[in-house]
Amino acid sequence: MEEGGATARPRRATGRLCSTCNQRKAALKRPKTLEQICRECFYSVFEDEIHNVIMDNNLFKPGERVAVAASGGKDSTVLAYVMSELNRRHNYGLDLFLLSVDEGITGYRDDSLETVKRNEIEYGLPLKVVSYKDLYGWTMDEIVKTIGLKNNCTFCGVFRRQALDRGAALLKADKLVTGHNADDIAETVLLNILRGDIARLSRCTFITTGEDGPIPRCKPFKYTYEKEIVMYAYFKKLDYFSTECIYSPNAYRGFAREFIKDLERMRPRAILDIIRSGENFRTATSTKMPEQGTCERCGYISSQKLCKACLLLEGLNRGLPKLGIGRARGTNGLNKRVEQRNLRSERTGSNIESKQCGTLDF
Amino acid sequence: MHLTLEFGGGLELLCQSTKIHSVDVKPKPGEDKLTMRDLLVWVESNLIKERPEMFMKGDSVRPGVLVLINDCDWELCGSLDTELEEKDNVVFISTLHGG
Repeated sequence: MEEGGATARPRRATGRLCSTCNQRKAALKRPKTLEQICRECFYSVFEDEIHNVIMDNNLFKPGERVAVAASGGKDSTVLAYVMSELNRRHNYGLDLFLLSVDEGITGYRDDSLETVKRNEIEYGLPLKVVSYKDLYGWTMDEIVKTIGLKNNCTFCGVFRRQALDRGAALLKADKLVTGHNADDIAETVLLNILRGDIARLSRCTFITTGEDGPIPRCKPFKYTYEKEIVMYAYFKKLDYFSTECIYSPNAYRGFAREFIKDLERMRPRAILDIIRSGENFRTATSTKMPEQGTCERCGYISSQKLCKACLLLEGLNRGLPKLGIGRARGTNGLNKRVEQRNLRSERTGSNIESKQCGTLDF
Repeated sequence: MHLTLEFGGGLELLCQSTKIHSVDVKPKPGEDKLTMRDLLVWVESNLIKERPEMFMKGDSVRPGVLVLINDCDWELCGSLDTELEEKDNVVFISTLHGG
């Protein structure tokens, strides 16, 4: 696979030297550039690139209160560490803290919250936890008991997104940062193409979203490879939690993720290229985009009368858990769009978009 | 050949939640060298107790599983063709779990 070098034992060629410092032994191959670099140079380039992304995109202003969305997993653990480090090193002047969401998944979130609590102490960042039970009256365990293992990730995702916003508002945060990495974003671009979700396709590559809303959120790891995040955590011995969600094996995302990882192995740049493609999509002016308004019930941003979370919640509370699943439903002022959609489907003879995402198979 | 194998990032769950395994692995009969390719086969049949597809794909690790040999990215030392040596430390980390 790798060209073996001139010596008989490629690995023991007393270490290939770091292509940056030319002094120390290389420790990893960067997927982004294919350079071989040593640990120390990796730390610098990893942190500097994130710093540059933050500066080039003016992600923060001095004095801002910034909530770091913390799940206890690898991405958010590294994010909390790097943000706190960069804030100190470059005098961003940010008031940082950790924000966690307790979905109420026994054996998963309760354990990972322990990790976040350790991070709270180690990085000296205060922690705030908001729970689904408090916000919605339901834990994920209770939801799964009611609806089973189909679409449960839809509930969890929609609820989490709002929970983070509400938690951030509660903390009087000016901004929310999440640990979404380059692999995640490439995966989301693909998913939005697969689902024909034009509105999200154009939004999903933005480094900052919700600037018109109460709490803008941004992704400092937008161009950071997952491999480097995990290598960074490993070399720095950062404490993170890696049990998979016990409910996730059904997640549609898994298929897209595996595809991305296969592409990465053949050509690591593929990840950045998919992001670039996503950034450069232009929506035809004739494409109707949903208008952004606010939810009648809770005031959260929504393109419909009710936001997705309130709709899902209503379904749960009324014993109609399918309410709000899938986008093409006539239950929420969507009739016009459904008609358009049906017209389009008749033309193309495919109705893939109106299927529930969790039931799509490859 | 004595080796230390370490599983992380969720892969330990496939081998009864034990992260560190101290093992003895012999080269295939008739060969004097043990390569990473051989080791993966050995690991899959001796240590992985469930969901082997989370660990292997084809004859290599599943894409998204990182491998370090003596704390060095295996992509720098020959990946599957790397020849192992006595007392080597091999780490497998999944990037596929949670975030």
